[in-house]
Amino acid sequence: MSVLVLIEQEGGSIKDASLATVTAARQLGEVHALVAGAGASQAAQAAAQIQGVAKVLVADDAAYAHMLPENVAPLIVSLMASHDALLCNATSVGKNVAPRVAALLDVMQVSDILSVEGADTFTRPIYAGNAIATVKSSDAKKVLTVRGTAFAKASASGGSASVEAVSGPADAGLSRFVGEETSASERPELTSAKIIVSGGRALGSSDEFHRLIDPLADKLGAAVGASRAAVDAGYAPNDYQVGQTGKIVAPEVYVAVGISGAIQHLAGMKDSKTIVAINKDEDAPIFQVADLGLVGDLFQIVPELTQTL
Amino acid sequence: MKILVPVKRVIDYNVKPRVKLDGTGVDLANVKMSMNPFDEIAVEEAIRLKEKGAASEIVVVSVGVQKAQETLRTALAMGADRAILIQTDAEVEPLGVAKLLKAVMDEEQPGIVLLGKQAIDDDCNQTGQMLAALSGRPQGTFASKVEVEGERLEVTREVDGGLETVSLALPAIVTTDLRLNEPRYASLPNIMKAKSKPLAQKTPADYGVDIAARLTTLKVTEPARREAGIKVGSVDELVARLKDLGVAA
Repeated sequence: MSVLVLIEQEGGSIKDASLATVTAARQLGEVHALVAGAGASQAAQAAAQIQGVAKVLVADDAAYAHMLPENVAPLIVSLMASHDALLCNATSVGKNVAPRVAALLDVMQVSDILSVEGADTFTRPIYAGNAIATVKSSDAKKVLTVRGTAFAKASASGGSASVEAVSGPADAGLSRFVGEETSASERPELTSAKIIVSGGRALGSSDEFHRLIDPLADKLGAAVGASRAAVDAGYAPNDYQVGQTGKIVAPEVYVAVGISGAIQHLAGMKDSKTIVAINKDEDAPIFQVADLGLVGDLFQIVPELTQTL
Repeated sequence: MKILVPVKRVIDYNVKPRVKLDGTGVDLANVKMSMNPFDEIAVEEAIRLKEKGAASEIVVVSVGVQKAQETLRTALAMGADRAILIQTDAEVEPLGVAKLLKAVMDEEQPGIVLLGKQAIDDDCNQTGQMLAALSGRPQGTFASKVEVEGERLEVTREVDGGLETVSLALPAIVTTDLRLNEPRYASLPNIMKAKSKPLAQKTPADYGVDIAARLTTLKVTEPARREAGIKVGSVDELVARLKDLGVAA
């Protein structure tokens, strides 16, 4: 089986999620990595180093910049004539592009896979992670999105894939990238951070959130996350959100501050290696998954913790 | 401009789903069902666009069991103008739903199709993107802001690194994210009024669409449980433990 992986990169370096997707793809067959966008050639060299990638396909074209699905999907469809499966990251890019490709191929996509059980059988979370379904696809070609935290990352070096230029349809003219607002931060990125400090609704305000959570995160060299309740209340921006409707993370250490542990939040962080919970309610569900729990007033504990560390 | 809003009847957001003992699925018997929360946001956004004068009519459509009528009535009570129920007892996958919605689009010719980014039961996050593909129209997924700018639609999207804005040629497909708006509650007079708003009954066969499933669910299980650890008594003890883990110097 030959498997196409849509690679996500930034400034020529491959995103961690794509390294995990390569691992999933290797369980299915020979891996071909697609790198698309203006100036994609530099990233193609990086993709060629990923262990387990047999061939890199590079579409160096401005039409594929910003991964506009109206342009990227037809490119992938043209490449799928010679591939049996497409794997994308279950990230905002992959979730945007993959279903568009699937529909054009008349394939029912399997979203957010947790494991590969066979050439056509996969597991995936449903009901916000409250249940795990094992599904079998009867489509001739497979389109999958992959949950990055469920697969080990392929090594980004040591590979020596051949690089081949490809081209696809021109700009469809349906959509245009206008701009972006990225949260510029010195802190590590949430989905690849080794340590995450997350705040919940108990912080009470945006000011308190930043006054208490930010210094603790900086002391630990951690990324900052938030529960959906904290995001809904406006204490933290949406790209901080950890949970079924936000980001799925699995750091070495996850520190949950003032987070009760709603099922949808747990779905996004319960694969963390060590979970630390600070909450004043000793019956909060977060303590049922926490390795280390501290019951008490976070407004006292957090500054003391930041001070002591 | 007409806006089409597909809505899905799903398990209520506040109900904890229980996996059936025989592993065939999640137990939905006697469980409270509601409109998918992301679809509620889509209905609300359509109403706001109409209130701003950017839209003239809101048509809501649902694919599902006869009781999905209640979900459509809820949307009508919020402020949608008329409804279509494509009735089937089969579980229709996103690809099948997208094909049915494409057929409805051909009939209704909406300027915008607004739908939830994902349903909270199957968590697929596919239908909007698939509909955009099948209709050959652009897509603005995970929207946190939607603005009609003449012949185009400007959509601000929630992406992993922050926000991204795209400009789409109309007609366009938009899927909603959480922060787009806060849906209104239907008032009692509007609930009464909704009862007399038109609701058309259709079947998948009326649209000549094949909705046969492509995926077979072999089994459904509970996720692996994580064992609770220990509670520490003080910050100092917590720091000591973190040091053991190599987290703190």
